[in-house]
Amino acid sequence: MTHSKTITLTVNGKAVTAAVEPRTHLADFLRERQLLTGTHLGCEHGVCGACTILIDGEPARSCITLAVACDGHAVTTVEGLDGDPVAADLREAFSTEHGLQCGFCTPGMLVSARDVVLRRPTADDNQIRVEMSGNLCRCTGYVGIVNAIRRVLDARKTAAE
Amino acid sequence: MKAVGFDYERPTALDHALELLARDDVSARAVAGAQSLGPMLNLRLAQPDLLVDITHIAELRQIRREDGTLRIGACVTHARLEDGDYDDATRGVLPAVAAGIAYRAVRNRGTIGGSVAHADPAADWIATLTALGADVVVAGPAGRRAVPVSDFVLGVFETDLQPGEIIAEFRVPALSERARWGYYKVCRKAGEFSHATGAVLVDPARGVSRAVIAAASGRPVVVDDPEVIHGNGCRPERIADLLAGTPIGGDAFEVNTHTVALKRAIAQVTA
Ligand SMILES: Cc1cc2nc3c(=O)[nH]c(=O)nc-3n(C[C@H](O)[C@H](O)[C@H](O)COP(=O)(O)OP(=O)(O)OC[C@H]3O[C@@H](n4cnc5c(N)ncnc54)[C@H](O)[C@@H]3O)c2cc1C
Ligand code: FES
Ligand code: FES
Repeated sequence: MTHSKTITLTVNGKAVTAAVEPRTHLADFLRERQLLTGTHLGCEHGVCGACTILIDGEPARSCITLAVACDGHAVTTVEGLDGDPVAADLREAFSTEHGLQCGFCTPGMLVSARDVVLRRPTADDNQIRVEMSGNLCRCTGYVGIVNAIRRVLDARKTAAE
Repeated sequence: MKAVGFDYERPTALDHALELLARDDVSARAVAGAQSLGPMLNLRLAQPDLLVDITHIAELRQIRREDGTLRIGACVTHARLEDGDYDDATRGVLPAVAAGIAYRAVRNRGTIGGSVAHADPAADWIATLTALGADVVVAGPAGRRAVPVSDFVLGVFETDLQPGEIIAEFRVPALSERARWGYYKVCRKAGEFSHATGAVLVDPARGVSRAVIAAASGRPVVVDDPEVIHGNGCRPERIADLLAGTPIGGDAFEVNTHTVALKRAIAQVTA
């Protein structure tokens, strides 16, 4: 018999207190307890990137992060990026550049792409591909995704000049 | 699949963690970034009774330079080593290697201690710390002991870590100004585990000339033969000799792949 733990964390800016079983990973906690189904589960072993969310502002795999380990931390899902200006630019660019088809990979793509835009503002196309290599897409062939990120990086560069 | 049920504790003091890990009524296991243990739990390859999260122990998260040594706490993440917010005694080796591990989302949580404790033969830190001549400091019920990383890794997923012990830190000797470093991984996709790794450190001021063949389905092979590093010895016949006794020693394709990886690492040093 294992013991559940009461955790307090911030989910998309809102304080949440909940009892969780230690074995519950963060993605199941977000999807099934918080009903935030924007976080998708593909492989559940860290490879595909569909479940990528932010913990204290940094991208992380929610499928191999325990919910209990997030006690005291801040979690942001794709739903929590609704008002984020970089994510807003990326959503528009993904649409314009056909950066998605079925959309299964898109929540994780947006979280990782936002990190690339903020952390690698001068990335060329090859660097974008390397930085995004932890997010798999079975539909697009990636060209549209790379072009979408390129578009946002270029627009920000122009705006900064 | 989902993990089996287990208990979870998150001590903030090393002594408390060691007490929890010393319990013999349950199978207790340390967890750091969970970037290797997480998949093993989900696949039920690991079925612990108790996980002891060691990432909130402040001393395990420190990086400090002390004279000629960089001391890196076990719970320092790959991302922090990549970003280089410390006095880097390795002159850029650690950030460059860290940047090539997995993907940023994995690097943000995965730790150097977890990587060495897990002892995947293809792990980047095992090849790198062996080539750098680093020591691992292990803390246990009987105190601390320091072991060269090259002796600590015994085989595939196998280390010298004894029950109840954890890795506390690594001690990496500083490179001198003229030191040269070469590192090459054979990967078919950015961020995947290496199929063959070559690592080379040449630091004449300290009398060091060391090559490492890693990701070879066993413990890393240390090569200090100057003929291999500086001469004409990095050839399949010689690499086959060096890999003899490992599961891939008789496999011509594997031997060739490792020869190419080491040759490319050496080329970075001699260029
Ligand atoms: C998709 C993916 C790709 C990857 N690609 C690479 C790659 O290219 N190169 C590479 O090197 N790695 C790669 N990794 C592994 C990654 O580097 C992990 O971070 C690392 O192997 C484990 O570190 P962790 O902190 O997550 O350890 P955990 O998963 O928490 O623990 C792993 C093991 O070590 C034990 N442990 C953890 N910390 C300690 C300690 N201080 N003392 C004693 N025991 C301890 C645990 O009990 C467990 O057995 C990849 C991982 C994923 C998910
Ligand atoms: S579901 Fe988490 S990486 Fe695939
Ligand atoms: S749009 Fe279908 S998986 Fe990427």
